[in-house]
Amino acid sequence: MVDLSAPTSAPLATAPSRTEAGPSGRKPRRSISRANIFLYGTLIVFALYYLLPLYVMIVTSLKGMPEIRMGNIFSPPMEITFEPWAKAWSTACTGLNCDGLSRGFWNSVQILIPSVVLSIAVASVNGYALANWRFKGADTFFTILIFGAFIPYQVMLYPIVILLREMGLYGSLTGLVLVHTVFGMPILTLLFRNYFTSMPEELFKAARVDGAGFWGIYFKIMLPMSLPIFVVAIILQVTGIWNDFLFGVIYTRPDLYPMTVQLNNIVNSVQGVKEYNVNMAATILTGLVPLTIYFISGKLFVRGIAAGAVKG
Amino acid sequence: MAADRKPSQLFRNLNAKVAAIPMILTACVVFVGGTLWTITYSFTNSKLLPRETFVGLEQYERLWSSNKWLISIENLFIYGVLSLIFSLVIGFLLAALLDQKIRFENTFRTIFLYPFALSFIVTGLVWQWILNPDFGIQKVVRNLGWENFTFDPLYNAEIVIYGVLIAGLWQGTGLVMCLMLAGLRGIDEDIWKASRVDGIPKWKTYLLIVIPMMRPVFITTLVIIASGIVKLYDLIVAQTGGGPGIASEVPAKYVYDAMFLSQNLGQGFAGSTMMLLTVLIVLIPWAYLEFGGKKHG
Amino acid sequence: MTSVSIKDLSLNFGEVKVLKTLNLDIGDGEFLVLLGPSGCGKSTLLNCIAGLLDVSEGQIFIKGRNVTWEEPKDRGIGMVFQSYALYPQMTVEGNLAFGLKNARVPKDEIDRRIARAAEVLQIEPLLKRKPAQLSGGQRQRVAIGRALVRDVDVFLFDEPLSNLDAKLRAELRVEIKRLHHRLKNTMIYVTHDQIEALTLADRIAIMRNGIIQQLASPHEIYNKPVNLYVAGFMGSPGMNFLEGAFAPQGASELSFGVTRVPLERYPFVSDERPGKVIFGIRPEHVTCGPAAESEPFNTEVEIEVVEPMGADTLVWAILDGREFRFRVDGQSQLREGDRVRIGFDPAKASIFDAATELRL
Repeated sequence: MVDLSAPTSAPLATAPSRTEAGPSGRKPRRSISRANIFLYGTLIVFALYYLLPLYVMIVTSLKGMPEIRMGNIFSPPMEITFEPWAKAWSTACTGLNCDGLSRGFWNSVQILIPSVVLSIAVASVNGYALANWRFKGADTFFTILIFGAFIPYQVMLYPIVILLREMGLYGSLTGLVLVHTVFGMPILTLLFRNYFTSMPEELFKAARVDGAGFWGIYFKIMLPMSLPIFVVAIILQVTGIWNDFLFGVIYTRPDLYPMTVQLNNIVNSVQGVKEYNVNMAATILTGLVPLTIYFISGKLFVRGIAAGAVKG
Repeated sequence: MAADRKPSQLFRNLNAKVAAIPMILTACVVFVGGTLWTITYSFTNSKLLPRETFVGLEQYERLWSSNKWLISIENLFIYGVLSLIFSLVIGFLLAALLDQKIRFENTFRTIFLYPFALSFIVTGLVWQWILNPDFGIQKVVRNLGWENFTFDPLYNAEIVIYGVLIAGLWQGTGLVMCLMLAGLRGIDEDIWKASRVDGIPKWKTYLLIVIPMMRPVFITTLVIIASGIVKLYDLIVAQTGGGPGIASEVPAKYVYDAMFLSQNLGQGFAGSTMMLLTVLIVLIPWAYLEFGGKKHG
Repeated sequence: MTSVSIKDLSLNFGEVKVLKTLNLDIGDGEFLVLLGPSGCGKSTLLNCIAGLLDVSEGQIFIKGRNVTWEEPKDRGIGMVFQSYALYPQMTVEGNLAFGLKNARVPKDEIDRRIARAAEVLQIEPLLKRKPAQLSGGQRQRVAIGRALVRDVDVFLFDEPLSNLDAKLRAELRVEIKRLHHRLKNTMIYVTHDQIEALTLADRIAIMRNGIIQQLASPHEIYNKPVNLYVAGFMGSPGMNFLEGAFAPQGASELSFGVTRVPLERYPFVSDERPGKVIFGIRPEHVTCGPAAESEPFNTEVEIEVVEPMGADTLVWAILDGREFRFRVDGQSQLREGDRVRIGFDPAKASIFDAATELRL
């Protein structure tokens, strides 16, 4: 489009320009400078390294077995098939049964929901008690708890087996939920304690003057004001528990195995012909839940791991 | 008065104490109790079930004369040292690059961090596939014409741990980058301005000013990576199963196998106690630096 | 001779115009203060002069040299930051020497410059210490020292005293003034504190929304503000503003309510006589008690609140139904409810057009 009209707004009484010859205005920069090539080049190379496995997973899962045997793993599928996905979901064999990942998926869901709810409920109340209702000895227990987060799980594995067996929960989903609650406690308690500590103390004092008690303040004041930290905690726990392998394999029975264990059993089962496309479809399926959470939550996920990690 | 005060001390803040019961139980029974129990039973000759027959250091002697354990320790050492170095270097490099006010910063960060959302099982299985000599990188490069190209870390006992390292770095460097980026963003903007006015080149500012200023971030990151490395288990199970042979065994897997597969509880307890010892060696100096120093300063 | 010259300078961050076609000439050895509320663009302007921000349009000259595209280190400037920005892991000496070493200044020259800076700033005993072991005031001295050793013509200060407590701030303020007398460098100083501006500056540039409102000596800015904004910004407690109108028979009188103020002595700067005006008089230009009788304008007011502030006392009164503040001696015995006579000389007042807010 060509603008034929005269300039619509001539500046009123423009002062004569004072600028002289020579450099003026923005410093000219070549966008393709050596520094930029290095900068973006390095970033792109690394981005490729990080993206490669995701790409290979997807591509492989969409190919048929003959094409996999013929071609290379990086080439896109010539003929897209969703067969491997269907098989991975419902008929892949683990050596024990042949109902695919679906069983593991539903097991994981059954483990995930109560574990997340229970661990966050316990840890948030606990963090609140530590932040606002300090009592003698609280700090000692808290320090032990935090140090506990660094103790290798292996040291506690067997004693927990004994405890669960005594309670009659060994091999059950309830037992695994308890284990997740216990091991989620250090990081979550820390998270909540720090968050509640950072809230203005006057708020808490005002509520106490108004006659609210321990639970009243928690439910009516703290809870509504700490939605973001609950979201962070949920992200942290959902990815953590979904990705767990060790506790799942130790504290449940084969028919209750979570998805990660089921996946490993399908892919690394020694029986039968290896179906790489089914394996990759199964792998993506297992990674889908945490990946979805990651891509949806974005900044909160970063905040969650930073909060969990830096102070842990 | 004194008689009245005693019970009221106990019941003061009762709700908070009730709320803290799960924490107290976890801290005392599971963390302290469990650890002490395991350490104690590492001195018994427990086999299928725990037994109270104390045999002194016999389990440890067996442990340290076991080839599998020695390989495990060696692997953990190689993996640990390299993983620390590479994840700190790569993580810092990526963070520094992202901190240059670049375009698409969010996209790059999302790409670098997404593997961290995935489990070690998924990580292990993908890289098992990519490093598969018959279909993966080796095959692709051979097809390009280099007939003798060999890259089969998962099938070569000598280098298998490096194959695991590639996968481990892929999963974990995003976290390090994230922590480093947070650290870099915490550096006072004026420091950068001052160094520009002083005419100090950027790389020199990073090396001589910014990195020393980020010492606490580096130490915290180090502790996080280190305590993660000791727990290395899932990745091995998924990617190599400890193989070829026992070439990629790690202590955590040794312990699991002893406890739950080969009915050799005593060995498992001894192995896990050694793991605890390793962690303490890392943890105690850090805790001393982090918390001990503050009281004086 | 101008030391720093800014010509038609603009800076945009995307769509946001932070600096709008600024022109400013700073004389050799002049102490110029950029004053304004946060977000007015004063620090941005300083960063542009330093070369830490790329300008969008216009030019910057330092010592007659066009430095618009030059790196900060080549511009012949030294800069002092609000947060000191000392390199924490280096000693004071290391901080002072770092830039010079990097510029490959010979060792004995570095030592000479450090010794001189340390002497000027009286930080000799601190040279071997690290910044963490210094107090805020000491840190800021070191930060000034880092600019000093660069041996440059122009010093840039970016709110250097804002992180210090009131007492230290007053001490360092005098210190900086002494430094300027001794070194006679050009200094450009950014602050939001009007006391700092009034005490230090040869000239003050008051900024608002990326535009310089008034550039003048502290005396003139204080007594002859060019517009309502400057009048309201300078002075604490602020100027009394009374809305009024010129008397119908010409501009010899100003009226608000029933009060009439004679304007024979007021030095008009403009021929405009708009319908509505704002009359401003500073609380300290009001006299009270018997002395008020001799002022060209005087009237009686009722005292509402008395705020003793030590050296002087601020009195809130009602003048013709409007709030009116004036300042009296700290020993004054005035009480709430008293009726007193007050007066002032309209020559000391400021009159602004209510519509354009410009001085008349």
